[in-house]
Amino acid sequence: MERTWNNKAWFMVLPVLLLVAFSAVIPLMTVVNYSVQDTFGNNQFFWAGTDWFTEILHSDRFWAALGRNLLFSAIILTIEIPLGILIALNMPKKGLGVPVCLVLMSLPLLIPWNVVGTIWQVFGRVDIGLLGFTLKALGFDYNYVNDVFDAWVTLIVMDVWHWTSLVVLLCYAGLVSIPEAYYQAAKIDGASRWAVFRHIQLPKMKRVLLIAFLLRFMDSFMIYTEPFVVTGGGPGNSTTFLSIDLVKMAIGQFDLGPAAAMSIIYFLIILLLSWIFYTVMTSSDDQA
Amino acid sequence: MTARVETETSTPAAPAATAKSVPQALAADSTARRNFGWLVPTLYIIFLMLPIYWLLNMSFKTNTEITGAFSLWPQNPTLRNYAVIFTDPAWYSGYINSILYVVMNTVISVAVALPAAYAFSRYRFLGDKHLFFWLLTNRMAPPAVFALPFFQLYSAFGLIDTHIAVALAHCLFNVPLAVWILEGFMSGVPKEIDETAYIDGYSFPKFFAKIFVPLIASGIGVAAFFCFMFSWVELLIARTLTTTDAKPIAATMTRTVSASGMDWGVLAAAGVLTIIPGALVIYFVRNYIAKGFALGRV
Repeated sequence: MERTWNNKAWFMVLPVLLLVAFSAVIPLMTVVNYSVQDTFGNNQFFWAGTDWFTEILHSDRFWAALGRNLLFSAIILTIEIPLGILIALNMPKKGLGVPVCLVLMSLPLLIPWNVVGTIWQVFGRVDIGLLGFTLKALGFDYNYVNDVFDAWVTLIVMDVWHWTSLVVLLCYAGLVSIPEAYYQAAKIDGASRWAVFRHIQLPKMKRVLLIAFLLRFMDSFMIYTEPFVVTGGGPGNSTTFLSIDLVKMAIGQFDLGPAAAMSIIYFLIILLLSWIFYTVMTSSDDQA
Repeated sequence: MTARVETETSTPAAPAATAKSVPQALAADSTARRNFGWLVPTLYIIFLMLPIYWLLNMSFKTNTEITGAFSLWPQNPTLRNYAVIFTDPAWYSGYINSILYVVMNTVISVAVALPAAYAFSRYRFLGDKHLFFWLLTNRMAPPAVFALPFFQLYSAFGLIDTHIAVALAHCLFNVPLAVWILEGFMSGVPKEIDETAYIDGYSFPKFFAKIFVPLIASGIGVAAFFCFMFSWVELLIARTLTTTDAKPIAATMTRTVSASGMDWGVLAAAGVLTIIPGALVIYFVRNYIAKGFALGRV
């Protein structure tokens, strides 16, 4: 849409600006402040320069947490995106099935994140949980509390359970915007199922898939509550992701300097991702 | 891609000779696929429902039954767990707190986002693109980064353990989200409507309230729904900013360890009750959920 140039529009944006400045800029400045200072208590602070940043960037703990985060995001995406597409392709197009599917599938998205954690913590327990009990009865040596592999599998299945619906909903929205005539034309042309998918459905879903991909990547990169409830970062540090490590450092150990430096590095990574996201979104805006 | 589609859509005008066999082929193909296709969403929904069913199942059991015999459904159904929640103020006040700050947050977020989204969708102004990007980064900010500074900021204002503190803190990610969704919906309204209204002598506030808001009512509903949802599911910040008076239900749930061990039944009942508000609001926006997740841009 053609938009007119009018700087008075700033007045309309002002409330948002003030509110977000209060809830984002001030806290962020506090973090910057801590990241360059050291304290010995009593509210006395000393200039520490970039020491904390160097410390974080040279600590194995940070890189290990970052590595675990990236691995987690990679596994999540390779499962959730194709699965989401598959389910969306097979969703009913009309009739009573549509609202039933939409409401039931959205349900996991609206459960508080720590309740999601609680549900899976209970569900996976070998003594009282359906999943754990069944696996044990089938002869698997499953225990997410002690076994690193089992803990990862539990977290991944939980995330698939929690968020695949988001991919499904987005793909479904893309699919229903395809006119029926396209399919009829493809049928008459004798197009195979794969050709229909590849040349009609996939191009139409491109945009929503990008949104799904980036949202899932960023949200899985920030994951905190669910693994915190299920595994608490363990066994050992095997499921300690960046957020968990950060909260442990800031609130658990009260290491304000390193925690603040880590926050900023973490935030910069997210900023870079957001920039890519924004570029992608606005460039496809121009096409449409 | 467009070129290809055009060639495909032009083919229905193909020779009439083939037309007879086509409907039969279409019918045969679609029934075959429907029989198989139903299976995928059904299996997926079963997978989604199993853990929720298990929680529901547990919430109707006594603790001895949960830890004792393993059973797929409650042998002696009891409402005791729900009774505990509805009679103990420590439990039910958690729900009231959660709903209070979630509603406050939704109202604030949508109210400030409306004019801003209008500005973004209708006007170009100095720094508009940068501002929009900056808003987006806040939606993407990890809450873990903000937990500690939020605590200090709200302590300084004496707002710790108040509902408004959580409501304001959640604006961090909900205001940008509301602006994005509303902007997407507003861009779908032709600009000619604005111009016609001004020619008809409407002032801006009157036009906005009387004509524009009703036009994007579904967008406002979706934005409100998403604010509600993200404020409802968030715990890290809500827990950091509250101690007792404004403590959300989800945080209360972490404290079910009593002297006699875990109170699994009450925990499960509390979990079930946190699912209900979401299930209720989702019903009202079911046709727009997907559009909302795509930030109004499908």
